[in-house]
Amino acid sequence: MSSYEVNGQTVEADEEGYITNLNEWSEDLAKVIAEVEDIDMNEEHWAVVNFLREYYEEYQIAPAVRVLIKAIKKQMGPEIGNNKYMYELFPYGPAKQACKIAGLPKPTGCV
Amino acid sequence: MSEDVKKFLYLNRKAPYGTIYALEALEVVLIGAAFDQDVSLAFLDDGVFQLTKGQDTKEIGVKNFSPTFRALGDYEVTKLYVEKESLDERGLSADDLQEIMYEDEDDDWAEKPSIHIVSRAEMADLIADQDVVLSF
Repeated sequence: MSSYEVNGQTVEADEEGYITNLNEWSEDLAKVIAEVEDIDMNEEHWAVVNFLREYYEEYQIAPAVRVLIKAIKKQMGPEIGNNKYMYELFPYGPAKQACKIAGLPKPTGCV
Repeated sequence: MSEDVKKFLYLNRKAPYGTIYALEALEVVLIGAAFDQDVSLAFLDDGVFQLTKGQDTKEIGVKNFSPTFRALGDYEVTKLYVEKESLDERGLSADDLQEIMYEDEDDDWAEKPSIHIVSRAEMADLIADQDVVLSF
């Protein structure tokens, strides 16, 4: 994986599928990345993706998984903000996979 | 907290840009926060510039990572000590530093300041009191 095609535009990504220019993100691109990741975006997926984008905008980092889950719990309640549910939404890791869809770099400390 | 908890102090002594030390230190703190240790950060010498407010890195073409310090509370890193003499020597005061708050889980999530201004003598005591000191 080195690029995505969205609305006739090519968006460059690194070998793991994280886009290289964060400004090129759009909701349409998110849908394309989600499809590659085999994720059917619902309201809760979007809530996590939007939260990550806001967090990055404010702090210039993608939060670690436990920070993400704690914040989602606070914002959306414990039914959604828990480990099990987050991994159901994003089976390959909520931070890793959701960050990719949100157009953010890989979270710090994530290998 | 178990008995394995050690007191970790990250010493930040260099200006935020120009070298990679400051950013690397912050990344190590964020990664290390996963290990549930008793973490403090200290800022002295040119390291005090890392916390100044209104940083703008556009002209030097690097990322302004100063907002990331405000995320430390989410990582349960809530003790940032700044040496008063280092501020004084550089014509700075506490008012030149950005506000960094954390929510105290044990006090009904009350917002509290993470930054504490300490004297050089207090800084020496703080360093002496640690199990592990990492200097950047």
